[in-house]
Amino acid sequence: MTTRTFCNKISRSKPSPGDGGNTGSWRVLRPVINLEACIPAKRNKKACFHCWLYCPDSVVSKTIPPVINYEYCKGCGICAEECPADAISMVDESTHPVEEK
Amino acid sequence: MHIIESGNVAAATGVKLARAQVIAAYPITPQTPLTEKLSEFVESGALKAEYIPVESEHSAMAVCIAASTAGTRAFTATSANGLLYMVEQLHWAVGARLPIVMCVANRGIGAPWTVWNDQQDTISQRDAGWIQIYANDHQQIIDAVIKAFRLAQTVSIPVMVCYDGYLLSHTYMPFDVPEQSKVDSFLPAFAPTHFLDPENPGNFNTVTLPDIRPGVDGEMAPGYIEIRHNLHQDLRATLDTFVEIDKAFEKEFGRGGNPLVEKYRCDDADFVAVCIGSLSYQLRDVIDIMRENDVKIGVMGVQMYRPFPDKAIVDALRGKKCAIVFEKALSYGNQGALYADIKAALYTSEKKPRIHNYILGLGGREIKTQQLLDALTASCTSPDTFEDTPRWIGLKL
Amino acid sequence: MENQTTILNLTEEEFVHPGNRACSGCGLSIVYRIGLKALGKNTILVVPPSCLTVLQGLYPVASTKLPCVNVTFASTGAAATGVRAAMRALKKENVNVVAWAGDGGTSDIGIQALSGACERGEDIIYICYDNEAYMNTGVQRSGTTPQGVITTTTPIKGKLQEKKDVPSIIAAHGIGYVATASAAYPLDFYDKVRKATTISGPRYIHVHTPCPPGWSFETRYTIKVGKLAVQTGLFDLYEIENGEFRLTGASKNLVGKARLPVTEYFKTQGRFKSLDKDIIKKVQEQVDAKWARY
Repeated sequence: MTTRTFCNKISRSKPSPGDGGNTGSWRVLRPVINLEACIPAKRNKKACFHCWLYCPDSVVSKTIPPVINYEYCKGCGICAEECPADAISMVDESTHPVEEK
Repeated sequence: MHIIESGNVAAATGVKLARAQVIAAYPITPQTPLTEKLSEFVESGALKAEYIPVESEHSAMAVCIAASTAGTRAFTATSANGLLYMVEQLHWAVGARLPIVMCVANRGIGAPWTVWNDQQDTISQRDAGWIQIYANDHQQIIDAVIKAFRLAQTVSIPVMVCYDGYLLSHTYMPFDVPEQSKVDSFLPAFAPTHFLDPENPGNFNTVTLPDIRPGVDGEMAPGYIEIRHNLHQDLRATLDTFVEIDKAFEKEFGRGGNPLVEKYRCDDADFVAVCIGSLSYQLRDVIDIMRENDVKIGVMGVQMYRPFPDKAIVDALRGKKCAIVFEKALSYGNQGALYADIKAALYTSEKKPRIHNYILGLGGREIKTQQLLDALTASCTSPDTFEDTPRWIGLKL
Repeated sequence: MENQTTILNLTEEEFVHPGNRACSGCGLSIVYRIGLKALGKNTILVVPPSCLTVLQGLYPVASTKLPCVNVTFASTGAAATGVRAAMRALKKENVNVVAWAGDGGTSDIGIQALSGACERGEDIIYICYDNEAYMNTGVQRSGTTPQGVITTTTPIKGKLQEKKDVPSIIAAHGIGYVATASAAYPLDFYDKVRKATTISGPRYIHVHTPCPPGWSFETRYTIKVGKLAVQTGLFDLYEIENGEFRLTGASKNLVGKARLPVTEYFKTQGRFKSLDKDIIKKVQEQVDAKWARY
């Protein structure tokens, strides 16, 4: 009988982050959290987290304080726009040293 | 057990014996009695399967594609315009490497509307990548359906089992219904290694790049062209695989031996008529008449049309004076597709026979024995003087 | 429906990986992320061509942690049917079978298969994310593009026809659950998807997803723009459960109150730049008449 292995090449993908590469490089403006204004940071308890809720790319953590994953943050600015405490400002990337890969 | 039933019921019975798990179909003449029978099998409990009465053929194949991806044995059936309505899905099923089996009761394509038999529907789909098996009688229909499921899951390529509309789908003939236990031992359950599984999530049929690309584990993943090359190589290997499966079937059920081409009185023949489908059995009568008149002629039915059994056909035609190809379909603006394929296969053959092409029976035009006799007599009398273009049989206006 | 879920108790588990190919500020990304949280791990997705195909990733990398089968454009409803049939055949009953398609894939090319699945009573959840044009191919008009909108196939005058009301068409099939939602109200959407998972038969959720490049607004305003669609009364959040219609969330809170004029919404997006006064007046009258019935 045939010993050939059939169908050993087929388009079936495995889950992994970063399909689009380092999407942080798309960013023109960088969200920077002012911890003096950030509600969970200020109160030191779980609260607010609008930035986490509305982030399209799940790059904001639901932690005290919230932390932004700049490797993948695309810089849309929704977090800054929706922050009820105006604690997030969008800063020109060119004024920032390159930290991520 | 022998029963006398229609070709459609032979097909449905084969599907039942193969324990198809998901069946989706949309009615179209002359396939309809097949799906009626299957819905009856499922409703009565004779077949434990899901029967989905879809709203179109496109959706019928969609259900099969999804159900097969999820790890179940899937079946559908259609004819003519129904087949064409699912063309996009045919290609998808192949590219996704799904072992779907589909019966096609061959019928001419509109416009103008015709419900009668020819083979333009399936022949026009020869480049989709589906395996195409043609049955010549009711026994071959039920046997081919059972073999098709095993072949499909062995090579991960969908299989069409084609049979002539009305001529086979609606006529009644005796045939043997294999024992369930024997079918079960011949056809193991479908148990794919990859399927839609929340425990092991995969994304199936993802957009694939022109070039190769490294995966999560660093291993290089193929691009589109490598995947398609693999499909083609697997299809070529399918010819041998089907011969092996046919042998296994013959061992179990005592029938078989002609999986790729079926020859009748060809061994000592100078001339060989070639065709697809039930016409090859009609031609046997003509061959017998000509043999009585000392014309050394035989007939060869092409049982598997895709992948194309070029080697088997070239072997069968080696040393013959002339091959006469009869077709109920053609590649419009060129020639009969089978004729063109055989011509190409013979190109590198050392002793090439002459080859003639006849088009006949389109839209169910009756094929008379006398017409076949006249055509074959003309070809056998002057094999060297034929033009490289099809002659049409039976045109009246 | 009262919100069950708050930001604080919304699960942290993510089913969409970061670093995917969705555009910056994508409304679909928000609802996909939130919707998958609501569906959970025991889910199989069926996805036709759409922006989601791009978000899902290029072979061999997938951005979704759930099993997913990509299917042809017109076949979503039927393919979901096939997955469910297989689950029944395999006796894997506790799986959510979820079709997730765009507005073109739902209102135009996919409506036949969807209608068939609804009529047959298939046990599937169908989520249509409505960014109101064929965004993946570069902003061509679809059945759900609103009147007057500039797209690449309505480049000068804007779309001449009105938006197709898909949720009403699906509701006319008499299925058990139809809901609308918005990317701007993710918790409302989350609760509707959660509720859908507790119901059997066909369930349809139509979610409005602002699209920064397609609608011509800055990426940071995705939520603001989505909220304005609701607050002007143009896009309403509701449920139709067993035939019973009720407004939910932000739309429910608008009943009996003054709504913002529709121009407040139109002026936030470049796609409305060709709207003339007559259309604006007509749309405002239509919205007012609709709300007079609520």
